[in-house]
Amino acid sequence: MDASLPAHMRPERSFQGFILALQRFWAEQGCVILQPYDMEMGAGTFHPATTLRALGPKPWNAAYVQPSRRPKDGRYGENPNRMQHYYQFQVIMKPSPPNLQELYLKSLAAIGIDSAVHDIRFVEDDWESPTLGAWGLGWECWCDGMEVSQFTYFQQVAGVECSPVAGELTYGLERLAMYVQGVDRVYDLNFNGRDGDAKVTYGDVFLQAEREYSKHNFEIADTAMLFEQFKMAEAACKKYLDAGWKDEKREAHLMALPAYDQCIKASHVFNLLDARGVISVTERQSYILRVRELAKACGEAWIHTEAGGAA
Amino acid sequence: MPDLLLELFSEEIPARMQAKAADDLRRMVTDKLVAEGLVYEGAKAFATPRRLALTVHGIPARQPDLKTERRGPKVGAPDAAVQGFLKATGLKSLDEAKIQRDPKGDFYIGLIEKPGRDAIDVLAEILPVIIRTFPWPKSMRWGARSGKPGSLNWVRPLHAITATFGLETEEPDVVTFEVDGIETGQTTYGHRFLAPGAIQVRRFEDYEAKLLDAKVVLDPDRRKDAILTDAKQLAFAQGFELVEDQNLLDEVAGLVEWPVVLMGSFEPEFLATPAEVIRATIRNNQKCFVVRDPKTGKLASKFILVANIEATDGGATIIAGNERVIRARLSDAKFFYETDLKTKLEERLPKFEQIVFHEKLGTQAARIKRIERLAAEIAPLVGADVGKATRAAHLAKADLLTEVVGEFPEVQGLMGKYYALAQGEDASVAAACEEHYKPQGPTDRVPTDPVSVAVALADKIDTLVGFWAIDEKPTGSKDPYALRRAALGVIRLIAENALRLSLMKVAASALAGLSVKPADVSKLPSDLLAFFADRLKVQLREQGARHDLVDAVFALGGQDDLLMIVRRVEALGKFLDTDDGKNLLAGIKRASNILGIEEKKDKRSFDGAPDAALYGLDEEKALAKAIGEVKADASAAVAKEDFAAAMSAMAKLRPPVDAFFEKVRVNDDDPKVRENRLKLLNEIRSATRAVADFSKIQD
Repeated sequence: MDASLPAHMRPERSFQGFILALQRFWAEQGCVILQPYDMEMGAGTFHPATTLRALGPKPWNAAYVQPSRRPKDGRYGENPNRMQHYYQFQVIMKPSPPNLQELYLKSLAAIGIDSAVHDIRFVEDDWESPTLGAWGLGWECWCDGMEVSQFTYFQQVAGVECSPVAGELTYGLERLAMYVQGVDRVYDLNFNGRDGDAKVTYGDVFLQAEREYSKHNFEIADTAMLFEQFKMAEAACKKYLDAGWKDEKREAHLMALPAYDQCIKASHVFNLLDARGVISVTERQSYILRVRELAKACGEAWIHTEAGGAA
Repeated sequence: MPDLLLELFSEEIPARMQAKAADDLRRMVTDKLVAEGLVYEGAKAFATPRRLALTVHGIPARQPDLKTERRGPKVGAPDAAVQGFLKATGLKSLDEAKIQRDPKGDFYIGLIEKPGRDAIDVLAEILPVIIRTFPWPKSMRWGARSGKPGSLNWVRPLHAITATFGLETEEPDVVTFEVDGIETGQTTYGHRFLAPGAIQVRRFEDYEAKLLDAKVVLDPDRRKDAILTDAKQLAFAQGFELVEDQNLLDEVAGLVEWPVVLMGSFEPEFLATPAEVIRATIRNNQKCFVVRDPKTGKLASKFILVANIEATDGGATIIAGNERVIRARLSDAKFFYETDLKTKLEERLPKFEQIVFHEKLGTQAARIKRIERLAAEIAPLVGADVGKATRAAHLAKADLLTEVVGEFPEVQGLMGKYYALAQGEDASVAAACEEHYKPQGPTDRVPTDPVSVAVALADKIDTLVGFWAIDEKPTGSKDPYALRRAALGVIRLIAENALRLSLMKVAASALAGLSVKPADVSKLPSDLLAFFADRLKVQLREQGARHDLVDAVFALGGQDDLLMIVRRVEALGKFLDTDDGKNLLAGIKRASNILGIEEKKDKRSFDGAPDAALYGLDEEKALAKAIGEVKADASAAVAKEDFAAAMSAMAKLRPPVDAFFEKVRVNDDDPKVRENRLKLLNEIRSATRAVADFSKIQD
């Protein structure tokens, strides 16, 4: 930890200081520090900087915060640690460096988790995203019995074999910060590290939003509109993918990113419909498959783009 | 003789895979050594979260020289054939070959002497192959090399390989090879946090000792012992008793290289939640042990965790962190439990309309209705109150839709009991919610409450008949719906509760309740009965009984009362253990053999009553009389279901049968007498069929 930091910027005092410490750490490891993707998504993995950039031969090191929306997890702000909107901190390094575990442990030290007093463990957890057509092997990382991160070596993303393999780290920011700050309720997190009147808590920032969105997600969201939006996003994705090929040879693709946006959109709309409870068990599987088909088609397009490694 | 030390140092290996991996490594290396003519003295393999290690001691330094003969072309064969032969054998000229004569002519024989290679060279060849073909249940690629074809697959990234070979008294050699850019050496690493530095090792003895200095306990059994001893000690010191859990111990020992056992607490208020839920929460989610009060047997508000480090603060932070998580988890569990209590079990049932049990067998709701109907039918047969059995069957599956069971599937049934009691159900109905899943295997407890028995039978028989109807029977090692277990459960429920019911009738009734109909409805109950017979044989064999006795009883036909079958088999087994039984069996077999031969010869059977007028010898008359008596006595005993008495009656046949074979020549010259004697033999067979078909019994 940087001793020169002012108290209100220290990771154990403030949520924003916590995020900044992680960003600074990973910037020093050569990652580009990106800003959140400007669309609603269920996890940081959906960000094209992970899903698409994990594919193809080109090296890629990036880190970013991604607001993650899980409409079903809303609890009207009543649950101490479950929310329909929270932050993930995402690191992706391709190819995975040989010392990725050591880097991860150093990042924990940078946010105030000292491995001399904390019991840090790598516990088997195979990661799979049916909607993204992705899987990898790795661990959930435990700190004193609490899962604080997900550590995955991507083997396949969007139906495409990863070559080379990327390493992905996902930190649950609120949970980690709660631990470091020693609070039991997420809304009590000190957001800006100040005291007294100047203090802004996580609840000040997000509690109202949790209540409003929980109502929206579970009770009000317009399902007829959402069903329509799903279809539109799906159709648009396919259309952009079709239109993106440079020529008849279908060797170069020029519109993988806009198409993929529609895949992200479809996925989030599906999550909203799921939260509204209007999708039956059997339909659920077919919606997941439809999103996966989009993701796979986008992955296929991406590897024919310049950043995807096509010549 | 020299020893091998092999260590594969990697990122964290899943706990559940470690034991098998160590075993596979030992097996693969030693099998290969033996195949290469290197017979070793001993081998042992170890696993920690970060390494697989193997020591093989007493490997010969060299392979034995091999001499093989190779047959070449005929003498006088074309030059091309001769040249090929010389090239293949390495001979300089045909002068070095022998000539061997066989019926097809004279052939050249080349003697190839293959000198044994140094064991270290053989190892350098076989080890990389074993590493590349290692059977991990799931493996992965990583790093820059994964971009190229042929990169190594390992369970998690592999970082270093230590491989040394040499005599105890000498500096060992490195077995030199390279796998995916990793070159073998003598360097390994200590505990990830406590002693992360590099360690130079020579051979197994110093390897294990240096690892211990570097806070790594190599042997999983030693880690388990240490955890168990410390955990018991820690619990005892506070006046508690560890709730032992072998599977958890195995797993936890696979998560640490340096086990440090610590104790934490939670708020006693949580103990209002059922103990099983607390234990499942603490065990499944946190991989911690629970402790109980040795006097009351009740859970205490403590837990035992196993850390991987000796913390500089003595573990205070680790305990506090784990307590926090466990508190949060227990609050969730408590919340789930309390939420569940707010909804009555029957109010959950409509949801089952939406849940498919099996696409061909309909929804869970339909299945519950079938079980209800069947339980009501079975209830009077097992002494259960029909109303209670129906009610229990109605509610028994409802807990599957509760929050707690959703979170911890292993407490299904048990939670049903708690919730049933909480809503004021009859105690038998509540018990059946839990017990209708039993028995789960050959050692699980068999319920005795008639209501539980009725629902347990209905549940299992519906499952069996259903899957039989859609032709999803177990095949070989595949039994995805655990139908063998269900059948064994039925057998144990019936036998251990001494129940009388006709399986065929119950199966036919279950079948009638199904909406799908199999192609051949009439065959299903008897097919299923044959499956029960098989299961019964397996069950009896496991108990040390003779499975041929089951065949002997089933061969009588029409046997579908499992209890009677079991009783008959038992009585038969006891009888055959006596001298009377053994001799009678021999006599019956002799009679059957003679009959078999003569029936074949004459192409006819010898059914029908013998003619008393044709008996010429006393032994014939005596046997005929005895058969008459035995038939009557045995049938009477069987009618009273007293199989022991039937067997005693049967024993009376022995002296006349023995005397008959001693004195009487069956194949008399007079064809009429012969036919009559054969008919008499046939009567022995039919008399004994009162209890079993003795011809199915093996000697």
